Amino acid sequence: MKRLIALFVIIAFPLRAEVDITPVTSPSGLEAWLVEERSIPFIALELVFAGGANIEADEQAGAVSLMTSLLNEGAGDMDAQAFAARTEELAARLRFDSGRDTVTVSARFLTEDAEAVINHLRLALTEPRFDDDAIERVRRQMLASLRREALDPNTLAARSFARAAFDGHPYARETNGTPETVAALDRSALQTAHQGAIARDRVFIGAAGDIDAEQLGSLIDRLFDGIPEESAPLPEPVSFQAKPGLEIVPFDGPQSVVAFGHAGIPRDDDDFLAAFVVNQIFGGGRFGTRLMRNLREERGLTYGVGSFLSAGLLGHSYQGRVSTDNANVETVIELLREEWARMASDGITDAERERIVTYLTGAYPLRFDGNSSIASIMASMQYQGFDIDYVNRRNDMVRALTLEELNAAAARLFDPEALFFVVVGQPVGLN
Amino acid sequence: MFVRNLALAALLPLAFALPLAAQPVAHHVLDNGLEVVVIEDRRAPVVVNMVWYRAGAADEPPGQSGIAHFLEHLMFKGTETTDPGEFSAVVEANGGRDNAFVSWDYTGFFQRVAADRLDLMMQMEADRMVNLSFTEAEWLPERGVILEERGQVLESRVGAQFNETMLAALYKSHPYGVPILGWRHEMETLTGDMAMEFYRTHYGPNNAVVVIAGDVDTDAALAKAERHFGPMPPNPAIEPRTRPMEPPHLAGRRLSFEDSRVGTPYVSRMYLAPVRRSDDQSEAAALQMLAALLGGSAATSVLERRLNFDEGIALSAWASYNGLARDYGVFSIGIAPVEGVSLEEAEAAMDRVIAEFLEEGVDLEQFERVRRQLRASEIFALDDTQRRARQFGVALSVGLTIDDVTGWIDALEAVTPDDVIEAGQMLLDTRASVTGYLTTPQPEQRAEVSQ
Repeated sequence: MKRLIALFVIIAFPLRAEVDITPVTSPSGLEAWLVEERSIPFIALELVFAGGANIEADEQAGAVSLMTSLLNEGAGDMDAQAFAARTEELAARLRFDSGRDTVTVSARFLTEDAEAVINHLRLALTEPRFDDDAIERVRRQMLASLRREALDPNTLAARSFARAAFDGHPYARETNGTPETVAALDRSALQTAHQGAIARDRVFIGAAGDIDAEQLGSLIDRLFDGIPEESAPLPEPVSFQAKPGLEIVPFDGPQSVVAFGHAGIPRDDDDFLAAFVVNQIFGGGRFGTRLMRNLREERGLTYGVGSFLSAGLLGHSYQGRVSTDNANVETVIELLREEWARMASDGITDAERERIVTYLTGAYPLRFDGNSSIASIMASMQYQGFDIDYVNRRNDMVRALTLEELNAAAARLFDPEALFFVVVGQPVGLN
Repeated sequence: MFVRNLALAALLPLAFALPLAAQPVAHHVLDNGLEVVVIEDRRAPVVVNMVWYRAGAADEPPGQSGIAHFLEHLMFKGTETTDPGEFSAVVEANGGRDNAFVSWDYTGFFQRVAADRLDLMMQMEADRMVNLSFTEAEWLPERGVILEERGQVLESRVGAQFNETMLAALYKSHPYGVPILGWRHEMETLTGDMAMEFYRTHYGPNNAVVVIAGDVDTDAALAKAERHFGPMPPNPAIEPRTRPMEPPHLAGRRLSFEDSRVGTPYVSRMYLAPVRRSDDQSEAAALQMLAALLGGSAATSVLERRLNFDEGIALSAWASYNGLARDYGVFSIGIAPVEGVSLEEAEAAMDRVIAEFLEEGVDLEQFERVRRQLRASEIFALDDTQRRARQFGVALSVGLTIDDVTGWIDALEAVTPDDVIEAGQMLLDTRASVTGYLTTPQPEQRAEVSQ
């Protein structure tokens, strides 16, 4: 009787994402993906500009990040206070984010205010003021943030890993720069970053909500009126170069944070989907993974352990993270090595394949749970190079993967001899 | 991107994102006392199934801090008819996600699945509501997990440790001053028997709320709830919650938390505040509007505008109010000064700006903008069904009703500028408050340590 509930598991899986995506081309030729949803009177719009912090010079590290934050701090004839007040009057929610590979703009606004919000957002994108007082105010906040990050073990682990993995490339840099580079950024550096990052040639647009294709096309053209054609050139891609081994970054705290991994697989590689599925079994951010079972459930060594494929615009890696008491670090690393070797040599079982396929195909539609999430997925899928019917084919592709294909991908991805570890903490027994 | 404001970001959406009254929410009580809430959202074939127990960290026996949270973990370790880990495995095998959370007032469990899996989820929740069963082979390693959790999310984060210390100083008697995760020295002594005792005392249909949200028909969902949860008898061990309450606060408390891991020193002050009361939320609504005006925007709210933009002495300054609790709410304010400004100077400036605000009154244009965002937030809130489900779950767990939740926007809209100023007078009386400095060790102390 220990299996009562298991009897209820339904094996057949008819569920599809069934997302009805309309490709939109604006009169001026910009493309967007739209999911029309008329039941709530608002629109979610997402813009992804590919490039991000990669476009800045070493000595201007942090320029794109500071520039992006300043887009919200005054535009046209409005200073920061006036711009914020206008955003509030329009009850719009505007977010400007930047990272290693992208600058992202997210907007949510009521249907009745759509045109006014687009005019307002256009000012932020085309005529940011970069007033001296705004620059100084946000610079102070950014420097304070850098001081906090320098004392955060998770950030330190990620930074050390990136430095070792991509030495000499923009990927090795901190996207928020260093105290020295940020202190030196001036208005002209910010204008250069702005012109280089916000352009038509590398933008990906997603929208969802109370709007049709024609209205969206005309809103997009209004929004992009005055935005330059070409963004700054991107640096060359980089390959993973950290040598196998262990780096310890001394840090005073009760636990150590461990970052680990090696080279990954590019997004456009034929094996990428198979590698993604294998990682879901191994350590992919849920409870039932091999790493969580081994380290958390069976041994109580950590609250969380996970692994992820990082497939960026210019380089890739396969990484994991775990936090554990300083006394456990040696054991945890040994167990990670064992799991890595087991996956490399034995791969996955057919039972694991069946379980993960059921999970992944069932969970996929859950992502599309609202206009805001859908708009963001629409932009991100284009940025990642998926075609428009991928959403409705993806589950079939996952189901079609054979055990042999998955294990071939596992054998290619997992290389226990190549593992590189960064430990931030006071690990016991390691040196 | 970098974090610019040290307070929790996006205070306005958090405070205001509440459901539209226009969309009916069903509420039904089964004969055994179980409350069922159904929220229909037919946009996608997805459902959220939640079970909330009116038992949390503030209901723990003395000396067993963390037992409510430990039990939450152990609820995944099997029942009389299922294996450890089987619950989550079945959810995953059905393509769903599940998790759980604990606060001082409640413990909640939820699954997000395709709508046609709702029956299975409810059947499993009903099973573990009464049939929990695990052995030492499960609870012993899990105690290691919760200790690692405390190490990771609390002891490795100086801001979280500071908050824990602030709350412990704010409450002189009430268990809101004890951390949800528990104190480490007590967590180390928790056992499976203690967790099972907490389960027997607090879990059962007569102390639970089921919230179903998503692609369901209300009547069909209620029928499912009746089928799965209806047959179980009420738990006779469940008694009305009684907790030690606060004595009069005669003197404000102050503390200084020093740690070498502090990157940005700041001042935080927490005031004991009223909660949202069923049937009369006006006092709480005025405090919520006060928080929005003082700290709801990173640019235009009073504290940011005056201390960051005008005077340039703050990196950021904030205000927030949480009235969603059973016994006490908290009103928080704070300021992180720029380099070269001391915490004492920053605190004095913050107090001066608040006093001036209360003297000069509300800027009516700002007040109107806040109200405009309030109305828009009703619409935006409809986009996130899981969050709506969670808001009803929290509200019912702390003693509010469906009408209180759907009437909250009305209560906020009824607040006048005068109400805000009147509510704000509480900030001038620091007796029921704690003021904390989070700071790096003083230079001379650092020198001593290194010798």
